[in-house]
Amino acid sequence: METTETITKQYTSKDFKSDQYVRWCPGCGDYAILSTLQKVMAEIGIPPHQTAIISGIGCSSRLSYYMSSYGFHTIHGRGAAVATGVKVANPSLSVWQITGDGDCLAIGGNHFIHSVRRNVDINVLLFNNQIYGLTKGQYSPTSRKGFISKSSPFGTVERPFRPAELTMGARGTFFARLLDVDLKNGQTAMLAAARHKGTSIVECLVNCVIFNDGAHSWLAEREFRTDRLIMLEHGKRMIFGKDQNKGLVLDGFNLKVVTIGENGIKESDILIHDASCEDTTLHMKLALMEGPDMPIAVGVIRDVEEDTYDAAMEAQMIEVQSKSKIKTFDDLIATCEQWDM
Amino acid sequence: MGTNNKTELDNVVVRFSGDSGDGMQLTGTLFSNLSAILGNEISTFPDYPSEIRAPQGTLGGVSGFQVHLGSSKIYTPGDDPDVLVVMNPAALKVNADAIKKGGVIIFDSDTFNKSGYDKAGFTTENPFEELGISDTIQLIPAALSTLTQSSLEGFGFENKIVLRSKNMFALGLICWLFNRPIDQAIHFLGNKFGKKPNILHANVKVLTDGFNYGNNLHLAISTYFIEKSHETQKGRYTSISGNKATAWGLIAAAKKAGLNLFLGSYPITPATDIMHELVLRKDLGVKVMQAEDEIAGISASIGASFAGYLAATSTSGPGLALKSEAIGLAVMAELPLVVVDVMRGGPSTGLPTKTEQTDLLQALYGRNGESPVVVIAASTPDDCFRQAFMAGKIALEFMTPVILLSDAFIGNGTSLWKLPSLAELPEIKLNMVTPDMAEGFNVASRNEVSKVRYWSIPGMEGFGHRNGGLEKDYETGGISTEALNHQLMVDTREQKVNNVSQILPELKVEGNEDAGLLVIGWGGTHGHLMSAVNSINKKGKKIALAHFNYINPLPRNAVEVIQRYKKVVVCELNSGQFANLLRSKVSGVEFLQYNKVQGQPFTVAELEECFNNLLD
Repeated sequence: METTETITKQYTSKDFKSDQYVRWCPGCGDYAILSTLQKVMAEIGIPPHQTAIISGIGCSSRLSYYMSSYGFHTIHGRGAAVATGVKVANPSLSVWQITGDGDCLAIGGNHFIHSVRRNVDINVLLFNNQIYGLTKGQYSPTSRKGFISKSSPFGTVERPFRPAELTMGARGTFFARLLDVDLKNGQTAMLAAARHKGTSIVECLVNCVIFNDGAHSWLAEREFRTDRLIMLEHGKRMIFGKDQNKGLVLDGFNLKVVTIGENGIKESDILIHDASCEDTTLHMKLALMEGPDMPIAVGVIRDVEEDTYDAAMEAQMIEVQSKSKIKTFDDLIATCEQWDM
Repeated sequence: MGTNNKTELDNVVVRFSGDSGDGMQLTGTLFSNLSAILGNEISTFPDYPSEIRAPQGTLGGVSGFQVHLGSSKIYTPGDDPDVLVVMNPAALKVNADAIKKGGVIIFDSDTFNKSGYDKAGFTTENPFEELGISDTIQLIPAALSTLTQSSLEGFGFENKIVLRSKNMFALGLICWLFNRPIDQAIHFLGNKFGKKPNILHANVKVLTDGFNYGNNLHLAISTYFIEKSHETQKGRYTSISGNKATAWGLIAAAKKAGLNLFLGSYPITPATDIMHELVLRKDLGVKVMQAEDEIAGISASIGASFAGYLAATSTSGPGLALKSEAIGLAVMAELPLVVVDVMRGGPSTGLPTKTEQTDLLQALYGRNGESPVVVIAASTPDDCFRQAFMAGKIALEFMTPVILLSDAFIGNGTSLWKLPSLAELPEIKLNMVTPDMAEGFNVASRNEVSKVRYWSIPGMEGFGHRNGGLEKDYETGGISTEALNHQLMVDTREQKVNNVSQILPELKVEGNEDAGLLVIGWGGTHGHLMSAVNSINKKGKKIALAHFNYINPLPRNAVEVIQRYKKVVVCELNSGQFANLLRSKVSGVEFLQYNKVQGQPFTVAELEECFNNLLD
């Protein structure tokens, strides 16, 4: 990525496609994410051989087989830890972790929060379909309370995780959200994730046509989408709606939807999105908005700068090396308390 | 000057024992190192309590450090001490069973008072009598606390600081008892406290006063002398612990291979010192990640291996259990990886600070599926260096995970180590792709003879590939569930691991080859087994030892060697795991067993008794 040669070469999404036949169910939301990812990779211009795609287990994690880059389909839940090892070993690689709501937030929950805490420079696509697909339909840690599935025939009695809350609770520096059918905004969010230095979490709302069809349909229905979804952009006002006349304002400590032109509300009253604000308060409120009273936020909700784990480790190493007299293994041996026998 | 007699000894065992905070480890280390400089063979072993700082003076807080010195080859830190240094009554009580008849006890008489007796649970005012040892031992009382206080009068230290130097007074006394000049100890202290001249000065003063105090004692006690060892191979030596040697062996393997080293690890007793040593070596390019758990430790290492590092993870039994699925991934992905298991007492949390060899079968078989890995075991603290290097070499040359078994006994113990140079270590040949291989390359491409998969790493143009835990097609590297292909892949992975025996040294027979009894051991018991075998041979009976460093695969000649003997006994610190393995591999031999699962190493005495019975 540092060489001029690689910067000047133009890639197309085709350069990132592998020869493997894509085996997701017809109509699965994962197809859209795969194709968006290939477009984004072409746009950022890092060559496939300098890209590593690490995945865990589950439908989403099959994605690594469908890319022409280096890929590693690991074991359930451990993708974040493997990806961390890859990035730390070779910080010049572009490292992506592909994971699902079960892989990332159930079995891999510990690795998820710790990779976010360390802020290792990886891009995480968290496919959230609120279901276990590959094991054929059990509820997941993001399934809504009361959800009926094969493992919860009478409805779940568990409260779900909200990925944004976990990310920010683990001191995440980047959180974005995209919707499988909303290709244009999805590409913008994914591109921002690729450019962010640190752990970039992109919650991808994807539809499982077989086991949880319509999980995101309130949002996804084309007819109402513009009224129910707000695309957040740093530095821009939080305006949405078919007629672009709805906006968000603060009402006390809470967010409220208002209509420009009604009750004396002017465009200048609408909040401007600051993704780079360190304080998570407003980011959290934006990320947790739910219908029907509030729109659901997509786009980059949080994008703040912090040292990354891999770069900090590299920097510390260079500093120690500049001071230490030990340059070789034999130098190390020479430091021993030693005697002739 | 003292007018005492000097008794010459072939070897002696000294145990220092006190509160965790009494500095017994430093005292013992200084004493063993200065003895080594004078030409003695040395072997040491620390014995920590599991509490970090138990209440002062109580049995739970007693911490020990044992040193074995010899004028001929020694292999263990010794069974029972000839000389015991105790800093309080609790230390006496904990060690009372161990002291040899006729042995010497040096004790801090300042702590032998009502309060000390109460804390240690003595009910009378004469603990030696209460323990029933007053007639069989020689006592050297020394008021270590008050003598140290008067030694440091005028230094202006707080009393608490003054008393921390008590151990130096004890060291001075021991140096006198063993006729050790203290100059070398002063030199060591200079290295340790060079940046704190006040502390250095104080320690040197107390050490000197302790030595002179002994000289002026005029006790009717003989001092000891241990001649230089002439059995030690000539060379430049240091003293090294097994865990440090393991860490350095991994560094050496990475350097020899021209790679960087990565360690992903999670703190666990008694393995953590490996991580402590490696994290210091940023100067040599070592990257260490203290992971959020055992699984993340190995997973990050697998990631680093995928990215082209020599990667390792260090743990103990419970951690190995957690890592098992990830080891299976490394087997399936055919990536190089070293997993170090410093074994401790189990199952479950078990006896975290104690030693055992109970993870052998876990290492061999503790995974789902047909999942062969290379399993090797280090036999002494200094051997940890050799075997860690070998583990790295095998992992890289055969693209396989290697489990290196060490244990709490050799991991924490020290032995003499002849200093190596990188140049003299064996070559490591990587199985890396070359640019001409790009045409038709896939993730399953392998050397058809050795069955070793070719290694290509992210960043190499033309070698992009998808690795993973799903079964691969032998030819195309794509995902495959085809029946015969799976059989072929299982066989291929098995054969690759078996091929490792081609680079392993042959199994040696030590002791008397022409013996009626063959003793078999593996890993950290070598010192005790060798000592017992040597002792029996010296007494005129014939006994042989075959000690294994390589468990899977076994050395090429292992079966043939074992079948040569009429009587075979397998000795291990478990209930018979290696014996059972050998039964499945070696036909026509009855394997007798000697087993012990007490969290303690063998004693030479119990082994001799067992072997003598089998020889009769």
